[in-house]
Amino acid sequence: MSEYSKLDVTQETIDAETEGMTINMGPAHPAMHGVVRLIMNLDGERIRKVDVEIGYLHRAFEKSAEQAGYLQVIPYTDRLNYVSPLINNFGYASAVEKLMGIETTERCQFIRVIMSEISRVSDHLTCVGASAMELGAFTAFLYLMKAREYLYELVEEVTGARLTISYVRIGGVKADFPEGFKGRALNAIKEVRKVLKETNQLLTRNRIFMDRLEGIGLISQEDAIAHGITGPFLRSTGCDFDLRKASPYWVYDRIDFDVPVGSRGDNYDRYLVRLEEMEQSMRIIEKAFALMKEGSIRVDAQGKEIPASLMVDEAKMGNTKGFWQFEPQVDPTLEGTAKKNQKAIYPDVEDKKEFMLPAKENTYGNIEGLMNHFKLIMIGHGTSPPKGEVYFPVEGGNGELGFYVVSDGTDRPYRVRVHPPCFPIMSALPKMLEGDMVADVIATFGSVNMIAGELDR
Amino acid sequence: MELTAPQKENIQKIEHSNLFTPGFFSSKVSEVVGWARKNSIFQFPMVTACCGMEYMSVACSHYDIDRFGAGFPRFSPRQSDVLFVVGTISHKMAPVMKRIYEQMTEPKWVVAFGVCTCTGGFYDNYATVQGIDTIIPVDVYIPGCPPRPETVIDGLIKLQEKIEHSGFESRPGK
Amino acid sequence: MTDLIEVIQNKFPDLVESSHSQCGDQTVVLKKEGLLTVMKYVQHEPSLHFNMLMDLTAVDYWAQLRKPRFDVVYHLYSTTKNHRLRIKVQVSEKECEVDSLTSFWPSANWFEREVWDMFGVKFKGHPNMKRILMYEEFKGHPLRKDYMYNKRQPLVGPVN
Repeated sequence: MSEYSKLDVTQETIDAETEGMTINMGPAHPAMHGVVRLIMNLDGERIRKVDVEIGYLHRAFEKSAEQAGYLQVIPYTDRLNYVSPLINNFGYASAVEKLMGIETTERCQFIRVIMSEISRVSDHLTCVGASAMELGAFTAFLYLMKAREYLYELVEEVTGARLTISYVRIGGVKADFPEGFKGRALNAIKEVRKVLKETNQLLTRNRIFMDRLEGIGLISQEDAIAHGITGPFLRSTGCDFDLRKASPYWVYDRIDFDVPVGSRGDNYDRYLVRLEEMEQSMRIIEKAFALMKEGSIRVDAQGKEIPASLMVDEAKMGNTKGFWQFEPQVDPTLEGTAKKNQKAIYPDVEDKKEFMLPAKENTYGNIEGLMNHFKLIMIGHGTSPPKGEVYFPVEGGNGELGFYVVSDGTDRPYRVRVHPPCFPIMSALPKMLEGDMVADVIATFGSVNMIAGELDR
Repeated sequence: MELTAPQKENIQKIEHSNLFTPGFFSSKVSEVVGWARKNSIFQFPMVTACCGMEYMSVACSHYDIDRFGAGFPRFSPRQSDVLFVVGTISHKMAPVMKRIYEQMTEPKWVVAFGVCTCTGGFYDNYATVQGIDTIIPVDVYIPGCPPRPETVIDGLIKLQEKIEHSGFESRPGK
Repeated sequence: MTDLIEVIQNKFPDLVESSHSQCGDQTVVLKKEGLLTVMKYVQHEPSLHFNMLMDLTAVDYWAQLRKPRFDVVYHLYSTTKNHRLRIKVQVSEKECEVDSLTSFWPSANWFEREVWDMFGVKFKGHPNMKRILMYEEFKGHPLRKDYMYNKRQPLVGPVN
């Protein structure tokens, strides 16, 4: 009080009502990675009220998906959560497979598990790295990006692209692992573990880092559930809901792993949960490699395995035993003569309509593959799932990533809806920010791991 | 150590060249300015979408655009020379991007990073701007969805060439 | 798996319009006026305990010439019982309004704004019914089937 009186400040001035100041943050703020706008009302440095405005990256995923065939939706799904595109891919394909009532082969499911987990690790690496960088820990960011690069190299080796991979096919995956992939993947994991150890030493018990995160951005478990939050965010509040455990899909029920759970639901817990999840993901990858067996990676529309040799031209393989009986004749309807004779030549081949795109070697290598591909890609010719609706959730990088597919019986989806895991978290953001300081916005927002592509779709 | 004959000859050549003798070399100020500018690109990464992941990869240690003097992103448009538009621009974002461009001081350059910013990419729909050059002038287009880091570096070198030869003005007609 | 359809049908025989189960997803189609009653029941009934409104969206059946035109779709999940239920409400184009669930689950707030933005279905009692993904000047509702997917609207200037 004595200092104040020197400055000629009376008690009245101290108690006087202050007027809030409105500050805009985003949509092109460096810490608002992705694009989101926060309109904050401040009292001094404390946040009174936050308005979150989203939609700056609305790219009409759901509308585009209605225009394309079932297979053409896959590239759009890559760009939803672009930090873990493989999980989106698999989630969408699994939803359509569920609608069609088919199940992929065991090897394919193992591949999906492994690739999903690689994606999850790279997702969490980016999240932890970026949020650490925004708090000033640039070294940690560089280290983690280095680790992510190892994983991108693995992804590139399998899928042919680093980021937007379009690896999945409905009823399987595009290609099997290349030769020697297992060894390289395990090596990469070893490297990532090394980096994580270093980062752990740099960040986890770092005084500045802890002070910035501990007790900031608190949310209780009840609030989180009421807001529909899932994923690492919900787990940091103490709820152990993980779709891989709660309703195991693919082969997750055969793999042993733990679900890390926090206790307080603050930024520091979320950081720790993400760190531990990376470790568990790597454990899953190792286990999955150990359990994986050789086999086919694709099934047809009836859910039967397609052996790799089936797509090869049978005549070229010397399988010409029925040909000599049939006189080729000119057909006035230009329907082709071979069509009605086909059954007689190959009585054991069923007249089946395939859903899977043929392997790329066949598409480029022989006419049958090319025709098959062309037929499936053309609108109006591809296989159509039955009428109905289906919802299939998978555990994405940020939480439950659900695809709700409505089919009207044609070869284009009538409606594809994504349940974006970021969306509920962002809607709860005002709750976490109000009462904190302006500087805490960065820490809390970093721990949300907002991905604009999936938030705005 | 005894010098060989060719070595001695070389030393003589250097001594007789005007390298060590007082003299001058002729150049234009604009060239010097261009040379200086191309190696100190201060960029403003306006990261909106997926391409941001590749932008991160380029900026970090594996691909390291610091080698080209562009390693230091400025997060204020007023302090930067090059606007990297990284990722899809939607109709809602377009006015924001235009304002950021207008806030940058001359000389300024714009790089369209990724096919969405070049042409709209495969987002041909109601929400997406079909190429940012419908709104602001673009100097270098880096296509790809997203472009590989090597492509980005290639684009950056192209931009450097352009900066080197553009003299005082980035956009002479303006 | 408990038969959730049966539970709801027995409890509210007048409010359930139809129900079906496909691929293990149980769906109950409710009458519009019964939405709040049933939702309150499924949220608080201990044997159901749907504490999470996982997803809320809509489907436009204009292209199939169906009347009523819209379906508002709710996906519910219970973290304690680990079961899911889909609840649908049919909305006609003339009376494009459903009761808001914001007082039951806060997550409904943004989801309902999104449905309003994309489909033009209004929610009665929503505290902040405005566009969320598109900008205010945008005319029409893009996810309706009669909105052409590439119908662009003129760009608007900087807004503050």
